[in-house]
Amino acid sequence: MISIVRVNSPIALLPDAQLRPLVLAYEASVRSRRWHTLLIVLAVAVAMMLASVSAEVSPSRFVENIHRFPSYIVRLFQLENGQPVWTSMGEWFWGISRWLRLLGETLLMAYVGTALGAMGAFVLCFFAAANVAPSRWLRIVVRRLCELCRTVPELVFALMFVIAFGLGPMAGVLAVSIHTVGALGKLFSEVVENIDMKPVEGITASGSSWSVAIRFGALPQVLSNFVSYALLRFEINVRATAVMGFVGAGGIGQDLIEAIRKFYYSDVSAILVLIVITVAMIDTVTSYVRHRLIGLEGRH
Amino acid sequence: MPPRSPIDLDAVRGRHEGHFRRFDRSRLQAAGAAFLAFAFLVYAMGALGFFDGKLIDGMGRLFEITGLMLPPDPGSWAHVRTFAVALAETVAIALLGTLTAAVLALPVAFVAARNITAQRVVRFLARRSLDTIRSVDILVWALIWVNVVGLGPFAGALAIMTAEIGTFGKLFSEAIEAADRKPVEGITSAGGGKLLGVRFGILPEVFPVLASQVLYFIESNTRSASIIGIVGAGGIGLHLAEAIRTLEFQQTSFIILMILATVALIDYLSSQLRFAVIGRRPMVVR
Repeated sequence: MISIVRVNSPIALLPDAQLRPLVLAYEASVRSRRWHTLLIVLAVAVAMMLASVSAEVSPSRFVENIHRFPSYIVRLFQLENGQPVWTSMGEWFWGISRWLRLLGETLLMAYVGTALGAMGAFVLCFFAAANVAPSRWLRIVVRRLCELCRTVPELVFALMFVIAFGLGPMAGVLAVSIHTVGALGKLFSEVVENIDMKPVEGITASGSSWSVAIRFGALPQVLSNFVSYALLRFEINVRATAVMGFVGAGGIGQDLIEAIRKFYYSDVSAILVLIVITVAMIDTVTSYVRHRLIGLEGRH
Repeated sequence: MPPRSPIDLDAVRGRHEGHFRRFDRSRLQAAGAAFLAFAFLVYAMGALGFFDGKLIDGMGRLFEITGLMLPPDPGSWAHVRTFAVALAETVAIALLGTLTAAVLALPVAFVAARNITAQRVVRFLARRSLDTIRSVDILVWALIWVNVVGLGPFAGALAIMTAEIGTFGKLFSEAIEAADRKPVEGITSAGGGKLLGVRFGILPEVFPVLASQVLYFIESNTRSASIIGIVGAGGIGLHLAEAIRTLEFQQTSFIILMILATVALIDYLSSQLRFAVIGRRPMVVR
């Protein structure tokens, strides 16, 4: 097992007796690391095997059908008559006015959902932050509430709200805003937990009430971060509202799922292209504004 | 202690005029922006039909539904078994999709990383395709894969894999770009090639970060996997959507509780593993 070959190398200036235990220790550590890696790889492999059985993975079905994936993608970019879509823009985007209106509705939904959610989170976060929360029990209750709001997927809320509020954008907006309360409530309260407590203490020491201390001690420190997180959430919510129509909760998703289900290939690609462009534009604008905000914060 | 002399307010005001003014320019700008945002919010709510009276009616019905959801009740043990099997399937979909995506995203991430790929065109193409993959929702991918391999959890696993290749590609390439250059330089100076530099210089450094990101996403993908059943791609989502649509609200709340418990368990396990991999370091994603 022990290879003392290295002892003869010109680098080894130590006498053999001293070198031997060192080499042994080195090889033992390498061996234990190898075992460790092998064990992890084995564990992952076993987990994957079990998961494959449960998820009905069948390589034969995959190989049999995989040719359909590229052909599906190719067909997305073909018109009814088999020509590629860009040969006739007018025919590809035949429903542009309707789709743009629905896309506008999607953006409005994302905006209202984010704004309402951010307002809710703004109120809740000061009760959930460990350093400023007025009561321990209230803090625990608010935290659990936020957790519940963000763990239940938006679409599940949307499904239930469609029953309560009827089909239409309102169900989607409320679903998005509830999820946003949960997600932003957590982020906001973490921001509040990281503030400098000295201004708050100073204001409290001069005899002000809790709300005044929060308003003049905590708020100025956190506001730009809040806006930045809300913008980030807006970006995420645009993507989320684009699929709300899948369950009848408004926005462009309704037309998208109809086109996919009825195999209107060129419509699917046209709507997806519109969504991708819109999302990219929103991303650019919000990231610009966020960088401006972070720059503002650094100046103070 | 001698009594303090009263402050000469006017003198202080004269010296620091800016601090006494109620509205300076930046404050006016902020107030204006907030007012515009609020006005737009009111307009948007009106346009989406919030003020048509539907909101009040709906709230009443929502309370009614919430009342009907309590207490959570699966109906029968057979249902519990069905839900448990579907939930196991959900976790399997998430695990399979996430791990496969991680393996496939690794080479793409190296291509998209600035310090590995000098070719600007190749890098640009890699980044843009990752962005495009990411801006298509997981449900759309699920619908596409259902068209390709048929209904069932296999389509769900493939959908999560496709969507996550976009996310992982971006996160991994950022982690690779943040890696220290010195090990690579050391290897290059000792005569190692580019590939050796990546294998022994960069991979050991970024691997723990990548592993922790993958573990983190297993939890969020369990949540995604629990809804892709709505479009027929396997998992608990099918049962959930069915329970809601047939107005079986006690079953609905039971399924939601099962999902929450599973997600909490996965979250606990993955964060324990994450701490074992990288230590108790805060995790920043997105």
